[in-house]
Amino acid sequence: MVNVDPTTPLLRMSNIVKHFPGAKALDGVDLEVLPGEVHCLLGQNGAGKSTLIKVLSGAHQPDSGIITLSGEEVKISNPVAALKIGIATMYQELDVVDGLSVAENVFMGHELATAGVSRRREASKRTREILNQLGHPEIRPSREVGTLSAAGKQIVSMARALSHNAKVIVMDEPSAVLDSEEVDNLFKVVEALQSRGVAIIYISHRMDEIRRIGDRITVLKDGRSVGQNLDAQETPTLELIKLMTGRSVEHAIPPRVSVDRSADAALLEVSDLALPGVFSGVSFHVKPGEILGIAGLVGSGRSEILETLYGARRASHGTVTVDGKPVKRGSVPSAVAAGIGLCPEERKSQGLILGEPIYRNVTMSTFARFAKSGLLNESAERKAAQEQATALDLRPVNVNRNAGTLSGGNQQKLILARWLVHGCRVLLLDEPTRGVDVGARSEIYQLITRLAEEGAAIVVVSSEIPEVLGLSDRVIVVADGSVVTESPASALTEEDVLNLVMEGSAA
Amino acid sequence: MSETTTSPASNGAPPNAVPAHTQTTSRRGNGSFVRNIGLVVALILLIAVGVVTSGERFASVDNLMTILRLASAMGVLAIGMTFVITTGGIDLSVGAVMGLSTVWATTLATQTMAQNSTWLVIAATAIIVGLVCGVINGVIIAYGKVVAFIATLAMMVASRGLAEIISNRQTQLIKVKEFTAFMRDSFLGIPNLVWIMIVVAVIGWFIMNRTTFGRRTIAVGGNPEAARLAGINVRRHLVYVYALCGTTAGIAAVMMLGRTNSGSSTTGYLYELDAIAAVVVGGTLLVGGRGTIVGTLLGVLLFTTLTNVFVQNNMSTSAQAVAKGVIIVAAVLLQQQFAAREKAHT
Repeated sequence: MVNVDPTTPLLRMSNIVKHFPGAKALDGVDLEVLPGEVHCLLGQNGAGKSTLIKVLSGAHQPDSGIITLSGEEVKISNPVAALKIGIATMYQELDVVDGLSVAENVFMGHELATAGVSRRREASKRTREILNQLGHPEIRPSREVGTLSAAGKQIVSMARALSHNAKVIVMDEPSAVLDSEEVDNLFKVVEALQSRGVAIIYISHRMDEIRRIGDRITVLKDGRSVGQNLDAQETPTLELIKLMTGRSVEHAIPPRVSVDRSADAALLEVSDLALPGVFSGVSFHVKPGEILGIAGLVGSGRSEILETLYGARRASHGTVTVDGKPVKRGSVPSAVAAGIGLCPEERKSQGLILGEPIYRNVTMSTFARFAKSGLLNESAERKAAQEQATALDLRPVNVNRNAGTLSGGNQQKLILARWLVHGCRVLLLDEPTRGVDVGARSEIYQLITRLAEEGAAIVVVSSEIPEVLGLSDRVIVVADGSVVTESPASALTEEDVLNLVMEGSAA
Repeated sequence: MSETTTSPASNGAPPNAVPAHTQTTSRRGNGSFVRNIGLVVALILLIAVGVVTSGERFASVDNLMTILRLASAMGVLAIGMTFVITTGGIDLSVGAVMGLSTVWATTLATQTMAQNSTWLVIAATAIIVGLVCGVINGVIIAYGKVVAFIATLAMMVASRGLAEIISNRQTQLIKVKEFTAFMRDSFLGIPNLVWIMIVVAVIGWFIMNRTTFGRRTIAVGGNPEAARLAGINVRRHLVYVYALCGTTAGIAAVMMLGRTNSGSSTTGYLYELDAIAAVVVGGTLLVGGRGTIVGTLLGVLLFTTLTNVFVQNNMSTSAQAVAKGVIIVAAVLLQQQFAAREKAHT
């Protein structure tokens, strides 16, 4: 890893700019990758990493900027073009087809065939060669991919990249789905690729991985490359974090007044909660009027903690109580009856019926209350929904319109309205501002703060650290399925939290 | 919906798009109205064809009652099916369950209880058999997590077999006078069979549109995960819906007993497919989330009238089948057009 070829860069991206309506995703990014190196890309959520990868893989077209590969300027107009010139991307979600064999997956999209008849023997042979190169001769080309582990699938995905004779392979958080032994294997493969002169662009939040296999680091912040070609071994973590943070929070979060709640009884109490293979020993409490933030990486178990305490997943261990009364394990109806409401991460797929009117979405947890012996009183429903919609400034105000017509921020308000109609006193918010545009964000923040002031106990999960710190009174940090820190939000800085989630332990 | 409907260029800039369309009417209501109008027009066209080709033989009160009487059992069956399809499921077993219900009821009435049996025994047995089959379907689908298509296919095969065992493949005649008399009778000039369908349809419409049961059905079909996370007990509700569908199969079995005066293991053969076709033609979405009882009834009437027109013109049942196939495809194509247009609006 030290023997980086000091020759000319294999890939160079200079001054890449990409606008999306209302947002500048990339604002002049430079990236330089040498042959045979592992180049790490660091940056917080929203810093522009995914957009940069998408430009490289042909999924997005840059507004301006130059990309050169082996000294020649290239235009990457679509994903096929990217593969043709030798740039392959392994996305976070594994892109293999479970029902097909290893060889069929490797040659998917560029099948070896004569007049439409596939040359299976040849495909099999070449797949075996590639797998040998990768150091995984034990995976048979004829094996069905669905029977492989996540790590095995990743090897197949990598074999596909190599079958295109890729010179540059982009790996987007490849270790997120792997356990530590599988990560070791992945790194062996990466080293094998390096020795053949393949350059790897490696995206990860985990410092230990970057230290182990990285050669150089480029840091992105707010769509700009703020640190370039830093030494992956020598650069101190704190310096990297300093580069990544300090993002201007352009949306105001109302200041939290710290109140002494030591005399109050907890409204929500979670003790020793566990979900096998995901998290264990999670305990915390939230008092009325308090906002608790949960920070952690994707895959750390932060969303699962919310879903488990809500009963959407069945805990193997532990108790949840509201006002001292225990909530039945693994039962959403009893959690809802106890006054817990969840605003899920994926609003469209988990929260709403898009083809139904707004008012019916609002009363989805409460419509039985508007009924006498099963008979619905829809005008009462409409009235209750309208009241909340007005109070939350939901737009459009007409509650007869379909929920699918709402913008992201208004969909979030709709789900909040649902729990307010219900009278929930414990609100679980998973990524409350994901997909919400800048203007609506501050409204959502004010709303959350107001609900807390009115006596709700609120738990916020977010991958945006400034959001967690700004909104919460107290913060817990989770890493690898356990709570590593609990602290008042005012005692933590963005750097501290980032350090905790990346290193998995106190600095 | 932004990623599917707005162009990429306007994506992410919703604030100024909000006040642009703040009309007051519910588009949803309009949509189902337009769909039903389409069906009514098709039905009128078909009636016109019948009048032109067969004149008074077709356009008589007697013939109208014949059509309605033939439509009645299918109508009841299709109403139960509407609920199942609204949840995004399917029930292939209803025809076979009808057969099983008829032979169980007739066996009990003609053999076990001999002379003392009353119409109540017949009707209650048939309905309970249907209900139990529906509950079994629902439990296997909701708690066993078996795909509805497979679970109800298994029930279809098994009930047909059980019906053959019970009846020893014999047709069993009903000798309970009050029962057969009631089923042949009319009230206010309308056959009692048709009255049964009307009552079931009114109750079905009411349940679907005015009760918490109907709301749950639509929610479960519209987005099962969202319904679950909103606190609806999705699995329990699915059991109820399949139980309801089985019950309508039992009621339809009672009606068939009345119409044919006998129970047989072949009763209701392929009725499940006609029922599904009527529901889909009526405008209920196969993917779930929207169900229309009125549409289903119109679908049933459309198919029954079609049969009648063909019979009046001495045309073969094979030609009838071809026409049916064409109507089903045409209706589904239309449905997709509406769905696409509705999506474009949102």
